[in-house]
Amino acid sequence: MADDITTVPPGVARAAEALKDVPHEPGAKKKDPILVADSVVRRFGGLTAVNVGHVEIQRGAITALIGPNGAGKTTFFNLLTGFDRPDEGKWEFNGKPLAGVAAHKVARQGMVRTFQLTKALSRLSVIDNMRLGGTGQKGERFWQSLIPAIWRGQEKEITERADELLARFKLDTKREDFAGSLSGGQRKLLEMARALMVQPDMVMLDEPMAGVNPALTQSLLGHVKSLREDGMTVLFVEHDMDMVRDISDWVIVMGQGSIIAEGTPDTVMADPRVIDAYLGAHHDGTQHDPEAVAEEVGEVAATDESAAPGGSGASADSAAPGDFAAPGGSGASGEVSGEKKAAGADE
Amino acid sequence: MNWDVIFGVSLESLLNATMIAYALAAIGLNVHFGYTGLLNFGQSAFLGVAAYGLAMTVSTFDLPFWLGIVIGLVGAVLLALLLGIPTLRLRADYLAIVTIAAAEIVRLLFRSVTLSEWTGGSDGLQRFSDDFYSMNPYSKGLEIGVVNFDERELWVMTVGWLLIALSLLIVFLAMRSPWGRVIKAIREDEDAVRSLGKNVVSYKMQSLILGGVLGSLGGFIFALSRAAVQPDTYGTEFTFYMYTIVILGGAARVFGPVIGSMIFWVLLAFINALLPALISQGYIPTWIMTPIQAGAVGYILVGLGLVLLLIFRPQGIFGDKKEVMLDGR
Repeated sequence: MADDITTVPPGVARAAEALKDVPHEPGAKKKDPILVADSVVRRFGGLTAVNVGHVEIQRGAITALIGPNGAGKTTFFNLLTGFDRPDEGKWEFNGKPLAGVAAHKVARQGMVRTFQLTKALSRLSVIDNMRLGGTGQKGERFWQSLIPAIWRGQEKEITERADELLARFKLDTKREDFAGSLSGGQRKLLEMARALMVQPDMVMLDEPMAGVNPALTQSLLGHVKSLREDGMTVLFVEHDMDMVRDISDWVIVMGQGSIIAEGTPDTVMADPRVIDAYLGAHHDGTQHDPEAVAEEVGEVAATDESAAPGGSGASADSAAPGDFAAPGGSGASGEVSGEKKAAGADE
Repeated sequence: MNWDVIFGVSLESLLNATMIAYALAAIGLNVHFGYTGLLNFGQSAFLGVAAYGLAMTVSTFDLPFWLGIVIGLVGAVLLALLLGIPTLRLRADYLAIVTIAAAEIVRLLFRSVTLSEWTGGSDGLQRFSDDFYSMNPYSKGLEIGVVNFDERELWVMTVGWLLIALSLLIVFLAMRSPWGRVIKAIREDEDAVRSLGKNVVSYKMQSLILGGVLGSLGGFIFALSRAAVQPDTYGTEFTFYMYTIVILGGAARVFGPVIGSMIFWVLLAFINALLPALISQGYIPTWIMTPIQAGAVGYILVGLGLVLLLIFRPQGIFGDKKEVMLDGR
């Protein structure tokens, strides 16, 4: 976590400065990349799910990875974090080659991920979920585990750190509860907090907003931003364009397995290639015949499976600040006005 | 009706060597299934390998008793490695398939004609327990009321209960440690544990070895108490009884397997003593069941009991409802 570039105080300014002169084109070189990937290919039978030529992720910035469903974002994520093996390609993290390295070793190198479908360890208490994230635990070796005196001191340190993080993520009141009893948003928070127990250099968030109650969205966004202030690099996959616009310093767009655009959020969202990827290349076609349009839209939805992102993309254009495209759950409506205020402040 | 015998047999089942052997086997299986979530359906093979390791060393090759124990333990570790290396990277159900097949292979090897020169074929082996019983400090048996143990039984039980105490201590210490936390987390979600930098395959292997070695202690007790090994006792139903016991006591509970084994054997012994008595006294007419059929009916009733248990108390005797391992619905 102790990153040497934390000397310039606000993470936002730092990230903006680093990305200022970076050209807005796929595979653009970054000033200080933490992750560099080259010709990463993953095929499933005849389908090429991922075919990324060259990509660099700027250190200390929040980078969003967007694209329609089936664009290969999560597969690319799985490859980078060792949860899947590529057919070709190599990538370096902090200058060390990571291709073909097992997932647990990737995590030990300082690249920790979360999952689209939250993986809270249901029948472990919240604090035990957190403690699990501690690295290099002596008590995790079988023979040493039998003698508590060996690991008790370290366990205390880990617990203190876990309690600090729980307080920061407002989960301290749930400390002793089974993680399975938490709400969807709280599980996301727990998963993020648990990832921080590993003390990573880079956090990979796979759809951090999926299934989160709107009342928790702002607090989650705040936590993601705070990672940048702590000097961590964040790469996240997201469908919610409001969130992407709100927190990311840089956006990478994937379409059909490769990277089709890169840039700051505003430039990328205005990029015709991106709109094409989401809505299909011929979306402005035969507008005179309503039936044909309806047919075409149906076709696009079927081929790209892009009904959902298309929807959220459209809402990104029209939505006022504070309107959330995130799928909502029930609950805590009392907090919503406060959240809107916070959203206004962020704008 | 001779209630003394019926109750005597039942009470003896609370403490005797068979119950101890099943308890030890179930303690090991609880490490696999209850704590780690490994569906090991071949636990009987761990007992068989240990029992035959001991019996063959002493009886076939005329080597010392303690070497036989060491070989039995090493055999259990090797079996765990053999089972684990190809399967632990795969999804959980593959382990179930492979272990049930491996247990059958082990049993069929023990009873094969080709190997009968060393294994005794389907007759098994005897005359390997003399060294064990020569260490017996008891010179006479124990008789308290209806309960009756001879001095050989007492000796096996003493050693067996010490092994149970040792096993429970190890499981207790391991499962409350950070090691146990990783193990339980793997039961919940492997990928999450992997994403936090833990080598999941290695932990699953350690669990498989620990549970297998604990189970092998049960194999020693089982073989020594009978002073014989027979291949067909190590069949699949052996493993299914162990699962019954683990679930009965409450999966992922330290004392669960011991209590489960006690309840299982008391009920089985009671029913198996009661039914023939009722038949011979004429309380149950022979058109319902004959004394020969009574044994099978005992197992049917135990099976029915397990079904009811899974429906009404899936967490077992000790389990925490919130932490339930098995959902009966």
